[in-house]
Amino acid sequence: MANISKEDVLRYADVARLAISDAEAEKYSRDLSAVLTFAEKIQEINTDDVKPTTNGNDAKGVLRDDTPEVWGEREKIFDNAPDHEDGQFKVPAILD
Amino acid sequence: MGLYNYTIEQVESMLHNKEISAEELAKLSLDQIDKVDNDVKAFLTLNEEEALKKAKQLDENGDYDQKLAGVPGAIKDNIVTKGIRTTAASKMLENFHDPLYDATVTEKLAEEDAIMIGKVNLDEFAMGSSTETSAFQKTTNPWDTNYVPGGSSGGSAAAVASGEVMFSLGTDTGGSIRQPAAFCGIVGMKPTYGLVSRHGLIAFAPSLDQIGPMTRKVKDNARVLEVIAGYDKLDSTSSSKSIPAYSEQITDDIKGLKIAVPKEFLGEGVSEEVKEAVQNALQMYELLGATWEEVSLPHLAYADATYYLIANSEASSSLARYDGVRFGHRAEEATDLIDMFKQSRAQGFGEEVKRRLLMGTAILSGENNEKHFRKAQKIRTLINNDFQAAFQQYDVVIGPTTPTAAFKFDEKIQDPLTMYMSDRLTVPANLAGLPAISVPCGFTEAGLPLGLQIIGNHYSESTLYNAAYAYEQATNHHKKRPELGGE
Repeated sequence: MANISKEDVLRYADVARLAISDAEAEKYSRDLSAVLTFAEKIQEINTDDVKPTTNGNDAKGVLRDDTPEVWGEREKIFDNAPDHEDGQFKVPAILD
Repeated sequence: MGLYNYTIEQVESMLHNKEISAEELAKLSLDQIDKVDNDVKAFLTLNEEEALKKAKQLDENGDYDQKLAGVPGAIKDNIVTKGIRTTAASKMLENFHDPLYDATVTEKLAEEDAIMIGKVNLDEFAMGSSTETSAFQKTTNPWDTNYVPGGSSGGSAAAVASGEVMFSLGTDTGGSIRQPAAFCGIVGMKPTYGLVSRHGLIAFAPSLDQIGPMTRKVKDNARVLEVIAGYDKLDSTSSSKSIPAYSEQITDDIKGLKIAVPKEFLGEGVSEEVKEAVQNALQMYELLGATWEEVSLPHLAYADATYYLIANSEASSSLARYDGVRFGHRAEEATDLIDMFKQSRAQGFGEEVKRRLLMGTAILSGENNEKHFRKAQKIRTLINNDFQAAFQQYDVVIGPTTPTAAFKFDEKIQDPLTMYMSDRLTVPANLAGLPAISVPCGFTEAGLPLGLQIIGNHYSESTLYNAAYAYEQATNHHKKRPELGGE
């Protein structure tokens, strides 16, 4: 029986950079516990000699030349940004 | 006469014979949207002006030689379109008015002169099985608007099923093309992992995500896939295999086809109506000269748990980019940078996305990583091995696409685990990277469509299309239309 406490959820939310209320943390602690309890069933299979599959196919080490190109629509990028100034993205102060 | 009455092949010859124009086709699509989308609610953004402009250009040039010339289609709104708002049905991207580039699939459709009518609804960031988690609207099932269209490609499925467009693109991470195709009575193909470029797809779980076509007919589906498939240097998991002209090679001669039917696909939780429809389909396959045997793929019983562990872990990583800095929603009242991240994400993401983000973070944290995530990746290997063993003896694996027909709104949304369980027959193909198609195989007593799922070995799309086409041509399910769509 997996038990994810409210405190666990608050810790995960901090790591995931997500603001949540205490009530939400309560709810998610129940949801996460239920799903992880359900997922416990995979523990009954012995996987000692099994290699993990990390991708949908066997593509690996696919490299291409990293060639910088001039992209003519730099200004347009800022049209999508919440805030910008002098050709740079603007965010709240990082240091006091 | 509406778009229902045409296949892509017919449109092609009618355009060449001047029996219809590309502009008329685009207008048929837009008129149908006008007529039914108040009820269906499939479209998030219409591309009306550009679509009509491109159709008129085609007519002026009189060149209809491209593979999808004049064919109206819709694109799931988690695939980026240059100059057209792309939201992933999330408040986070509500104001993402121009992604500034086209996804490779969007480009390929345009090169073959398809007419892009608009962007269609989905579960937020494709996370869901009913399209109810969309931040913007609830798409309905055209066969009965009290029911969900399935998800996450619910808008893509409903738009095709209601005759608004001739094809759509969906995306499938755990069944998101096949399940809504089954619920809406259309054909949905999830190709082999790597067959279709994911460049420009808003990632959910990158080791599982694939883009694929949704259509009313099998042959139309094959035509769209041959257009969007192929190597792309911008997707490092893209396959360099050459792409056959699926729609030209397609045949209804499947004599000698060997079918495996896993007993795990017809077990507990699968409704009697679904089982009966699959049994009937297997009888039809016998008449068509195929043979079938029941087999056991023992690790399929673990596919649902394995899938949610892997998909949510990857999702938590894919969602990290939404920080309110370069694009997307930003909270106004934040006190500092970290607080800005946290508030922006709290306001921009919906409940299900947050749940998966937290679940993924939990699974990847500390000792859970080895216990759950790594273990799940190993089970993934065992599931793939089960399939490979089956493909030693059989050409395809067949079962239902879903355990039941479509469910009603609000029936499962409050209970995440029940909702997740509704995907358990579709997730195995994603875990193993296999191609799988859903084709209409009957209706419930209540008149809701059912889907037959055909899974093949890697890169066996041609075999799947033949198996689906032979069955389609031998049955009448594909000829029925929802009343709502009219003629």
